[in-house]
Amino acid sequence: MNRLKIRKAEELFFRVIMFLATSVILLALCMIIFSILRKGLPALSWSMISQLPKGGFYFGKEGGILNAIMGSVYLAFGATFLAFLIGLPVALYINIHLHKRKKLVNGIRFMLDVMWGIPSIVYGAFGFTVMLYFGMRSSLLAGMLTVTLFIIPIMIRAIDEVLKTVPTGLLEATLSLGSTKSETAYKVYFKQGISGIVTALLLSFGRAIGDAASVLFTTGYTDNMPTSLLQPTATLPLAIFFQLSSPIAEVKERAYASAVILTLIILFISLVSRISSRHYHKHKIK
Amino acid sequence: MKFYNITRALRSRLHSSWMLTALIFSLLLPVLLAIGLYLKSAPLLHDQHLFTLLFSKSWKPLSGHFGMYPFIISSLWVTVIALILAGPVCLLSAIHLTQYARPIVLKIMHPVIDILAGIPSVIFGVWGILVIVPFVGNYIGPLLGKHITGYSIFSGGMVLAVMIIPFILNILIEVFRTIPEELTEVTLSLGATRWMVVKHVLLKKAFPGIISAFSLGLSRAFGETIAVLMVVGNVTRIPTGALQPGYPLPALIANNYGEMLSIPRYDSALMFAALVLLVIVILFNIISRYMIHRVEKNI
Repeated sequence: MNRLKIRKAEELFFRVIMFLATSVILLALCMIIFSILRKGLPALSWSMISQLPKGGFYFGKEGGILNAIMGSVYLAFGATFLAFLIGLPVALYINIHLHKRKKLVNGIRFMLDVMWGIPSIVYGAFGFTVMLYFGMRSSLLAGMLTVTLFIIPIMIRAIDEVLKTVPTGLLEATLSLGSTKSETAYKVYFKQGISGIVTALLLSFGRAIGDAASVLFTTGYTDNMPTSLLQPTATLPLAIFFQLSSPIAEVKERAYASAVILTLIILFISLVSRISSRHYHKHKIK
Repeated sequence: MKFYNITRALRSRLHSSWMLTALIFSLLLPVLLAIGLYLKSAPLLHDQHLFTLLFSKSWKPLSGHFGMYPFIISSLWVTVIALILAGPVCLLSAIHLTQYARPIVLKIMHPVIDILAGIPSVIFGVWGILVIVPFVGNYIGPLLGKHITGYSIFSGGMVLAVMIIPFILNILIEVFRTIPEELTEVTLSLGATRWMVVKHVLLKKAFPGIISAFSLGLSRAFGETIAVLMVVGNVTRIPTGALQPGYPLPALIANNYGEMLSIPRYDSALMFAALVLLVIVILFNIISRYMIHRVEKNI
């Protein structure tokens, strides 16, 4: 009987620390968001979002970071779009054309997972060498292309995860009705996977807008609004990074405010992706 | 009608060939990365031996000495600390979420993990400066009787630990889910408690998967740049303790891109550092992904 008691006590002990471990994770997220908001919200103002940096901005004078916000948004939209052009066909191809070749598909998924693990700074360094090779300056385009490379594996695997769940019967049925493989892909599988595709787009967009290491080398930094693909542009993560390394208190405050903006964008994206995946899920053939 | 059929077939073929091109391009990407970085670092590799670059302690770019040993050691320190902090938390939490937790807990934790995974690394860096650095400087340092600023390897490790938690946790949950329920149910029906099932069945079965999840976390931590860079101190010296400042490899690359074109061979050295990073991360990933694959297949 005593042994049973010890067992029960052991179980209780581990249940408590397991519960604590889960709570720590929850607490960590709350603490991150709370500390950023507490420090950044007081410094956040409408002029931060609506104005360009003016003279003396980096000494704590007037201005905002509209250039960085717009730069990041352009960059993320462009990169997500390009990655989609490559990612969607690949995901469809491995689920439809390579449907019977399980081993090959598993190998491809394996490679993509490995690529997902490559750090963004490596993509950044690579983008930089290619840029120098072609004699380009740092520009919005160079950053966009680098970030595209960086999010391609994420995009493919995220879409693939949903297309994997489409029942085989659907493929066989459409093919037997005389549709070509590409018609099956874009008219049937695309619609079946739409919830996952939206999620994949938002996931990639979030990655693209938040990553600093890959754009550090390639987009440069400027106080002007981005007007051309071939000009350098500011990005939000780098705006935070540069302002935070300033010794002037007002500029640091602004870094915290910029961090609030980026955090809110990311939280918004994650909210939209939750809602949309629920919304589109209704139209799925099970 | 016939014309229509031809265009349909043509369109299908065009689509298919674009799909195939895109697939081949995506799969060639890591090779392209490696070749590009290698070509750029080749001049340096031509001048100096690989081992001198990796294990020499002298980093003096102006006189052409590019020993990366201090940076590699710093990277190891930071990542190992991150894993020591994050590993147990992830393991316990993964067991909790897969074996014990009620549906409501899962409903809360799923978005939490997703959001945590989606937070940009620069935000983690800001949080590190706001919370972790003062914490290490004001509490942990004095506790050990040292006066430090808080910008240290330990701070970097703590920030990294939080960053890799969602990553490791997701993989662990996936690994535990692949263990068939019959296995645990049989053990339960023999009179074992839940915890005994976990200890004697689950952990044993999932062991290779757990190790792989940890090593994937390690490689993720190894390549993290901005967040670590912001809290780690960035002093070129071989660290001998966790409370000293360090200078990990990715931080080296990110910090010096501005001046690298003005010093000869400097760009080669930094691209070589990126290549080292790429090779290490890919190796780690291949080995651990393969192990996870085996676990999932064998059950």
